[in-house]
Amino acid sequence: MLKLLGNGILETLYMTVTSTALAYIIGLPLGILLSVTDRTGITPIPTLNKILGFIVNLIRSVPFLILLVAILPITRAIVGTTIGSTATIVPLVFAAAPFVARMVESSIKEVDAGVIEAAHSMGSSPVQIIYKVLIPEATPSLIIGAAIAITTILGYSAMAGFVGGGGLGSIAINYGYYRYQEDVMLITVLLLVVIVQIFQEVGMKIAKVADKRIRSEK
Amino acid sequence: MIRLQNISKVFYTDSGPVEALKDINLSIKKGEIFGIIGLSGAGKSTLVRCINFLEKPTEGNVILDGRDLGGLTRKELLKARQSIGMIFQGFNLLSQRNALRNICFPLEIAGVSKSDAKARAYELLDIVGLSDKAKAYPSQLSGGQMQRVTIARALATNPKVLLCDEATSALDPNTTQSILELLKDINRKFGVTIVVITHEMKVIEQICNRVAVIDRSRIVEQGDVREVFMRPKSDIAKQLILPKSEAVEFLTSRRCLRIVFDGNSSFEPIISNMTLECHAVVNILFADTKNIDGKAFGQMVLQLPDDDTAIERIKAYLESKNILYKEEYLNA
Repeated sequence: MLKLLGNGILETLYMTVTSTALAYIIGLPLGILLSVTDRTGITPIPTLNKILGFIVNLIRSVPFLILLVAILPITRAIVGTTIGSTATIVPLVFAAAPFVARMVESSIKEVDAGVIEAAHSMGSSPVQIIYKVLIPEATPSLIIGAAIAITTILGYSAMAGFVGGGGLGSIAINYGYYRYQEDVMLITVLLLVVIVQIFQEVGMKIAKVADKRIRSEK
Repeated sequence: MIRLQNISKVFYTDSGPVEALKDINLSIKKGEIFGIIGLSGAGKSTLVRCINFLEKPTEGNVILDGRDLGGLTRKELLKARQSIGMIFQGFNLLSQRNALRNICFPLEIAGVSKSDAKARAYELLDIVGLSDKAKAYPSQLSGGQMQRVTIARALATNPKVLLCDEATSALDPNTTQSILELLKDINRKFGVTIVVITHEMKVIEQICNRVAVIDRSRIVEQGDVREVFMRPKSDIAKQLILPKSEAVEFLTSRRCLRIVFDGNSSFEPIISNMTLECHAVVNILFADTKNIDGKAFGQMVLQLPDDDTAIERIKAYLESKNILYKEEYLNA
């Protein structure tokens, strides 16, 4: 049983971390694009912004369990199978990337307009503003966003247990739900809670250390 | 150096077009400190942003150093902006960079190598008197120190023009004083043309050579600071310059003399000497003067005696001391 739970933890971490990383590879540029092409952004392209925004909203409005089943053909095409933790990564990335994009967008939009104006006044190009102003200034907020994203993805990964997704979610469902082993259910839930707490706390700590604004005078 | 020709700016808002600037014509000379004063909402911030094309004028031309900014390509405009420094009321420093790296920022934008940028930044920190704060983040600096960093940052690329948008409005009087001194110093040492936007007459009085008064999107008056200060013509300039005091208003029908100190020696007891030499007593109705580095700035309103020959003696005395005065019935 212990070995089973140990495996479950590893599978869950594997799914969550890999999916989050992949979701950021798609979501980070997408989120930046969403914020800079906005009407109030540094390079307003309202049409592109509307189209991207619509796609993001569309995917986000589909409940995860339904998305999971709906994109099974895509999952099979990419991974070759629809069960196991690797297969779960595909729908996780699908569901998380638009969510991440929105998180990134809101972090970028928090950057002080005055600082952006100052960068413009120095003759910065839009690309320079993105790399030298928007991303560095938004970093603490982006890290907090990542902590929220990773815990949300962890929750999604547990849901994937219903369709043979692997990880702690599968254990909770197979042993706790189908076999009425409530103690196993309880333990997996506790483990999930602990993992979420760790991710959240570590994320907040890193964000605090990275942020130069709130360092008090010593 | 800077010529603004027939500048108009219209903002199209949801509630219809708003004219922020109308028919602005200004010519700012190389090496001078030019002030633009007006109440909030008059259009002065928009005007200063037209000078570096942060706001593109709806009509008219901005000629900077012989080049029409409106005729530049996007790339050329970005390059041109590197020769115009700008400082802001809200400082607008990068909060995640320390002072040194904030000053390096415009140099990075201009493509200067990291080591050269750093060397230049240390040099600038020294100029603004913050050599010991290189590693401090903006959140660890006071308002005055932050404004010094922004001045250093604005000077990094050796600009020919420095635009100051309400640069001292967020600072306390003493800090304002030191920042104005620094700007004056920079103007003298490096010959940078400075454009100062403010709503405070004191700022204009202390550092500007010439001034333009802006009211409801138009320039209503411009000229040498001494001239505008002594004989304000427009209502808005009078409102900004003439003293407001109950005592003055109470005695509106009496003959009064407004005298202006614009850098005379603070150590000479002008008024006492005047009463002694002219054998005439005056009543000080209003005084707002200040000693800056041994020089007197500000103005006084004196109630004159009912003796015409005494008044002539007073005027002659003031002229001999090269002090500006104007006889007036205030608010009459």
